[in-house]
Amino acid sequence: MDDFYWLVLAPALCGGTLIALVSAWVGVFVVQRGLSFVGAGLAHAAFGGVALGVLWGIEPLYVALPFTMLVASLVVFIRNRTGLQSDTAIGILFTSAMALGMIVFPQDNAAGPMSYLFGDILLVRWFDCIAAAVLVFVALGSMRLWSSWAYATFDKDQAKADGLPVTRHDMYLILFIAATVVVSIKLVGIVLTSALLIIPPATARLCTRTFSGMTVVALFISGITVPAGLMLSALYSWPSGASIIAIQALVFTGAALLKRS
Amino acid sequence: MTDGQPSAVQCDGISVQLGEQFALQHVSMSIPVGAFCTILGPNGGGKSTFLRVLLGLQAVTRGSVQLFDAPISAVNPRRIGTVPQSKRYDQNFPARALDVVATGIHGKWSFRLDETTRASCLQALDRVGLRSLADRRVGVLSGGELQRVYLARALVRQPELLLLDEPATGMDVRSEADLHSILEDYQTDHTATVVMVSHDWSTAKHHSSHIMLLNSTLRWSGASTDGPDDEVMREVFGHRGHMHPMTQVGCTHG
Ligand SMILES: Nc1ncnc2c1ncn2[C@@H]1O[C@H](COP(=O)(O)OP(=O)(O)O)[C@@H](O)[C@H]1O
Ligand SMILES: [Mg+2]
Repeated sequence: MDDFYWLVLAPALCGGTLIALVSAWVGVFVVQRGLSFVGAGLAHAAFGGVALGVLWGIEPLYVALPFTMLVASLVVFIRNRTGLQSDTAIGILFTSAMALGMIVFPQDNAAGPMSYLFGDILLVRWFDCIAAAVLVFVALGSMRLWSSWAYATFDKDQAKADGLPVTRHDMYLILFIAATVVVSIKLVGIVLTSALLIIPPATARLCTRTFSGMTVVALFISGITVPAGLMLSALYSWPSGASIIAIQALVFTGAALLKRS
Repeated sequence: MTDGQPSAVQCDGISVQLGEQFALQHVSMSIPVGAFCTILGPNGGGKSTFLRVLLGLQAVTRGSVQLFDAPISAVNPRRIGTVPQSKRYDQNFPARALDVVATGIHGKWSFRLDETTRASCLQALDRVGLRSLADRRVGVLSGGELQRVYLARALVRQPELLLLDEPATGMDVRSEADLHSILEDYQTDHTATVVMVSHDWSTAKHHSSHIMLLNSTLRWSGASTDGPDDEVMREVFGHRGHMHPMTQVGCTHG
């Protein structure tokens, strides 16, 4: 590979690896709590924010981040208010945000909607690395929440009865998920970001029997497969997101086949 | 139920509205420290709701509740051990019996179990006869085994108040007998108060000091030696056919 490759690849590799770790960290709870749809939906909703950013000529992240976190808060609000398994409401919210994005996305922009929908490492700058690094710091800060998140995942009522502020911690979790999907959009694309949240923890779940084991193994799988996928994409000029997810899917398949049930 | 004695639970005219209807209405009662109180009542009679109120999980619409002469929010949760109404986990749920029992000690999920915690948890599991299943995933345990894991978890923190919601669900005859002897042993050792929801009238009469009959309103409460009599039972359960006092009433799970 020549210098140009490395110039493009370096921020993607750095940011990608950091994002991989954060995704696995929250992904454990996404998988355990059955929030896959919320994760995927938030990523789609983020497109509305991205489009507005492009339209206004601002760094898309600056708009997409608050936009998606707002949508996430609305989801929680609706869920708490109606007590519904609010699949439908969430679905409406996400598709509307996405539709908004498609309408306002400027036709003449250099990077078209497809770059955001499927990811484009050419869009990844050092700025995005810094954003990912900030998320890593947030994740480190959230280590104290891990035992509360895990407890509430096991049994919400018990966690509440033991005096944990479950509702507030759940809010932090969903906002964190929103931030994670937004930062990973340029790398893997809106359509594929939820895979980062889901596949490594789902794989880890097959070969561990504790929450902590699942977390560690998920971090490991994610931290390896993301840079590996990016290298692969650079070598063969494959799309970055697709390469990462192809490798993760392969690892998952291997684990599923090896698992003795 | 009694005056002068310190009470573990004290309810004054509590009502709980859930949706359109009241799950509990004007319930006033007290359970003295050291009592073994069994709550009986038909499905939907508000038994679980009552326990949820005591756990601080359900706010009351009217009235007030005190535990150990203090408002619920002021009571350290570690003083309360609970066995919830049974629920199931899927096979791959990443938690071992041991991890569940450890929450009884720490009140949160542990990333790693230190040796002391591990030893206490194993001892608690031993007490419910499940030491050999300590490393089993909760998702593969049978219903009755899971209830016993919950019991171990409730006991390991050495609570002053035990709240059990149909703990015998899914237990075999032997385990159910064990449950009662474990609870009785624990009570004698720790002068703890036990509040247990059950459907087993004869066992309730035999093992408990106090009985509460709940069907939205409190239909009867008092010492188990005093009743309630068949007439009241029939009225509460709406039992039409023949009923013998020593047979189980309403032995479905609610
Ligand atoms: N979240 C809820 N919303 C509306 N009604 C509820 C809710 N939870 C329970 N109920 C109703 O309250 C009543 C009491 O329920 P519960 O305390 O679980 O009864 P039990 O444990 O005695 O069988 C039931 O009629 C039940 O349908
Ligand atoms: Mg019940």
